[in-house]
Amino acid sequence: MKIATISSIGQNPGRLLPTPDQIMQLGRGLLLPLAGILVFLFLWYNAAMMINTSLGKFPGPVQVWEQSGGLLAEHRAERQRQTAFIERQEVRNAEILAADPQAQVTIRPYTGKPTFIDQIGTSLFTVLSGFVLASLIAIPLGILIGLNESAYAAVNPLIQLFKPVSPLAWLPLVTMVVSAVYVSDDPAFSKSFLTSMFTVLLCCLWPTVINTAVGVANVSKDLLNVSQVLRLNALTHVFKIIVPAGLPLMFTGLRLSLGIAWMVLIAAEMLAQNPGLGKFVWDEFQNGSSNSLGRIMVAVLVIGLIGFMLDRSMLLLQRGVSWDKNATLR
Amino acid sequence: MHSYLQLSDVSIDFPTPKGPYRALDKVNLNIARGEFVSLIGHSGCGKSTVLNIVAGLHQATTGGVLLQDKEVNAPGPERAVVFQNHSLLPWLTAYENVELAVKQVFKGKKSRAEMRDWIVHNLELVHMTHALDKRPDEISGGMKQRVGIARALAMEPKVLLMDEPFGALDALTRAHLQDSLMEIHADLGNTVIMITHDVDEAVLLSDRIVMMTNGPAATIGEILSIDLERPRKRVELSGDARYNHFRHEVLAFLYERQRKVEDINVATRKRPAGQAEARAAAAA
Repeated sequence: MKIATISSIGQNPGRLLPTPDQIMQLGRGLLLPLAGILVFLFLWYNAAMMINTSLGKFPGPVQVWEQSGGLLAEHRAERQRQTAFIERQEVRNAEILAADPQAQVTIRPYTGKPTFIDQIGTSLFTVLSGFVLASLIAIPLGILIGLNESAYAAVNPLIQLFKPVSPLAWLPLVTMVVSAVYVSDDPAFSKSFLTSMFTVLLCCLWPTVINTAVGVANVSKDLLNVSQVLRLNALTHVFKIIVPAGLPLMFTGLRLSLGIAWMVLIAAEMLAQNPGLGKFVWDEFQNGSSNSLGRIMVAVLVIGLIGFMLDRSMLLLQRGVSWDKNATLR
Repeated sequence: MHSYLQLSDVSIDFPTPKGPYRALDKVNLNIARGEFVSLIGHSGCGKSTVLNIVAGLHQATTGGVLLQDKEVNAPGPERAVVFQNHSLLPWLTAYENVELAVKQVFKGKKSRAEMRDWIVHNLELVHMTHALDKRPDEISGGMKQRVGIARALAMEPKVLLMDEPFGALDALTRAHLQDSLMEIHADLGNTVIMITHDVDEAVLLSDRIVMMTNGPAATIGEILSIDLERPRKRVELSGDARYNHFRHEVLAFLYERQRKVEDINVATRKRPAGQAEARAAAAA
């Protein structure tokens, strides 16, 4: 009883001084990660000083910070040029129409170089499209082979065969197939987008398939008995029993898949010169200016940050749909 | 005239690498409508197997089960099961768990409002209306078992099958639930088959106690009719000579005639052994 009262005082928000417990919590939650980052920056700074490349010194934290500012400024400048271009075009078109209302005016899209921020957008869109499509295939397939042992026996060798395949091996095939099959005068999607997306799709199917299958196959016998006693039909059985029971592992699979999707995408963009962050890195590498390494390092950090945020979003989604509110999800 | 529920010459073999293992041998049992029958016996004697055969979850190798002269060969809600570890769907609330069963059984027979009333009514029977919107992990073990019973009752089963329904509960909760079950049985007149390890529970609740011999090839050893008047009060009965005589009979059967020769540590761990029983039988 006594102990309970003391600790309840500690949680009283009206109290001015934090209790030792709160300080400890603050330390764990904030100070330790901060300390980790500071140590990393220190090591990075010192290591960078010692590495000389043909493009100058390896970029340290300071250069990278400057370059990130530069990239943002470039993006803003590019946007301004774009707005200016569109305004000019509109004014010109208006003049032409004023002189002759029957005239055919052409509206040309702005064709400036995509900036770093544009490339981020392209990459995110591509990775999410590939991932969503892959999930739409992988979850039903996983449920099917988890429920049906014959289907599992039939599909498992293929999964095991294709799972370890590097995205770079798929890429030439996907490129050729997309070029051959996707022929359209007015394509809704660019070929480069489709190539990257399908490569991502092929590589990030497997963790979701496998984990969903395992989750579904391991539903407790008791719950299956309940389903049998209730004579649930196949659809109710799947949606009321199988899917909720398999959900935690399904999400494990989805998170692994999304992680892989993001890694695969960067590699695919680099190799295939498809728009996106991978192309940005490759272009900078080919460009070889004294700023290039710094700009690549910015891209590396941004890629990491986006990967982290993608994983967090999946975690939030999982928390939202998870029925087991006591489970520790991390 | 055949009896309500009839098990005739029920035998079951489980396949093993060394050939079939006969778990049950020629079980014959007739149960009248509204009767409360307990199955008691040592771990591994196939009590759960009998229950699972009546439920339709296992198929008898020879012999069979007739319910109102219809053969039982698949699970169905007219033989609702209360499982030992409640088996509620953890992602559904108490209400939704019962609802799943009610929707399944009364689809097209009851209107939406009637279904809702019926769900609440059954949760009322087990005194669980205060936790309609609680999920299984938010309520105690006894409460979960109550919801499990409500779900089974809501199916309006012809036979209610209970597999050690109170085995996992502490003594006080168990006594409380036994009283609830006696009340419900008195009100609704269900036909019940209950597996138990608890001699007092068997004597207190049952009209007849079916005592099973040890496996392999387990079968019914003796059947004891408990003709104590209902309603039964546990405290009054504890001093009752006939009650104690019945208790003695069951104990004598279990510990003298069917004494199980095994490690005392294993024998006393009733509940886990009981759970393992079905698995061991299936794997044996």
